[in-house]
Amino acid sequence: MRRVNPAVGAAAALVAVFLVAPTLVVIPLSFTEYSVLNWPPHGFSLKWYDEVLTDPTWRSATMTSLKVGAGAALAATVLGTGIALGLSRGRFRGKNVATIAILSPMIVPVVITAVANYFVFVKWGLTGTAAGLIAAHTVLGLPFVVVSVSNSLSRFDRNQENAAYSLGASPLFAFFTVTLPQLLPGVLSGALFAFITSWDEAIISQFLSSPQVRTLPSLIFSQISSGVDPSVAAAASILLAVTAALLASASIIGAVSRRKRSS
Amino acid sequence: MSSQMAPSPGAAVRFRGVRSRWGALALPGAAALAVFFVVPLAYMLVRSLSDPSPRNYVEVITSSIYLKSYATTLLVAVWTVVVCLVLGYPYAYVMARSSRPISMILGFCVLMPFWMSILVRTYAWTVWLQDNGLINTFLLRLGLIREPMALMGNALGTTVGMAQVLLPFMVLSLVTAMKRIDPALELASRSLGVGPVRTFLRVFLPLSGPGVFAGGLIVFVTALGFYLTPAILGDPTKPLISQLIVERVNTLLDFGGGGALGIILLVLTLVILLIGARFVDLKEIVGLRGES
Repeated sequence: MRRVNPAVGAAAALVAVFLVAPTLVVIPLSFTEYSVLNWPPHGFSLKWYDEVLTDPTWRSATMTSLKVGAGAALAATVLGTGIALGLSRGRFRGKNVATIAILSPMIVPVVITAVANYFVFVKWGLTGTAAGLIAAHTVLGLPFVVVSVSNSLSRFDRNQENAAYSLGASPLFAFFTVTLPQLLPGVLSGALFAFITSWDEAIISQFLSSPQVRTLPSLIFSQISSGVDPSVAAAASILLAVTAALLASASIIGAVSRRKRSS
Repeated sequence: MSSQMAPSPGAAVRFRGVRSRWGALALPGAAALAVFFVVPLAYMLVRSLSDPSPRNYVEVITSSIYLKSYATTLLVAVWTVVVCLVLGYPYAYVMARSSRPISMILGFCVLMPFWMSILVRTYAWTVWLQDNGLINTFLLRLGLIREPMALMGNALGTTVGMAQVLLPFMVLSLVTAMKRIDPALELASRSLGVGPVRTFLRVFLPLSGPGVFAGGLIVFVTALGFYLTPAILGDPTKPLISQLIVERVNTLLDFGGGGALGIILLVLTLVILLIGARFVDLKEIVGLRGES
């Protein structure tokens, strides 16, 4: 490999700082003692975390987010795995069009999806309900599952299934004992990304939430407009921490499955 | 390697019943997509044409408020692409051309924010950019400025915030293209006595073109529909189209007008993507069958 020019390397390092560092400021901010923004942060206090974890509004938003995220991840994983299998193995016309259609929630601006969902969910009585949030977030998470499972499928050798059939396994038995275990890394990371998508989503949530049922990002969003309060920083830090933990799990799943493949 | 390897003829006959049923597995997901995604969009289209009439579109296309907003939106999107390209190009170059540990660290720095809440990242920018934020406080203390500079509440804040959120898309597109460039080509150029700068300009830069195009396309299109960042960091008196859509629907309860604005933005997005897809593979952008 050629060596990279040091000036270009330094530029890349600065861009890396620009990518990561600005966001991390919410963490020290969440531990300050005073409610006014001060730098460097004065004192150390956990009171903002205490507020976020005990205040009923914050608490219920956190619970709603967890519930909606879990529901959407589960639905997106089941439906998305089915789509990935159908797309790769089914024989029907217009597969390319179908693929684009299924990935379209990634392409359509979320603000448009949010408005469109709001229009019909008002009619269907789904606004301000966890079910409505789950339905909308499921659609948003679906493409991530489809991509992730499809990539796993493209590495799977179909002849293993044929071997199982030839040994007398039923299609279902072969699927659950031969195919699914090997797709599992793709399925699990798809599930994690679907959860993260829901967990971080603020715009659809803003439209579909009610004062009773509202997600954490939706609450953070409305609090931001009322000024910088460290309890928002604490909530934001919690949001980041959960995402980071899930990303770490996803990369562990990836690493383990790569090791299994190579051994 | 291929999973689609055809089984032996006998097997194909024996298992035809099994094979043909796989397509049905996609149906529940497709149904969910239809009910919760396609139907809402179709309903939005209907509302935009019938609530009260197709005149919604005339209003939205001719009124100066909206025309200004389209112009602002396009301008911000162009600036975002420019900033992403300037920051992303050297970054992607180093990522594609350095040894494994360094390129892994850079990959981490680009993928981490990719998955981090846009809301939190935008909120974090307010801590830096507001009048009593970190940057202004620092500069005031150093005596470099006398009064706080307006770093947010304007196009600057929006562009900085959007560029940071969208930079990973640009970097990933560029890296994919740059990794395909054979380093031997540059060596060949150098061995023929061409200097490093000219080698870069004549060999590397043109070959990285597809990545620049793909990254620029995806950043531009995504920027057009951005809502959170302009809503938090932008100028409230110069709203982007997405902000006007939300205002129409949420505050004014004007579903027809908001719907028309939304459909126009959607069509604009799709047309740009379709034109762009003639030159780049969109599947690659969303990560389907990319390298793993």
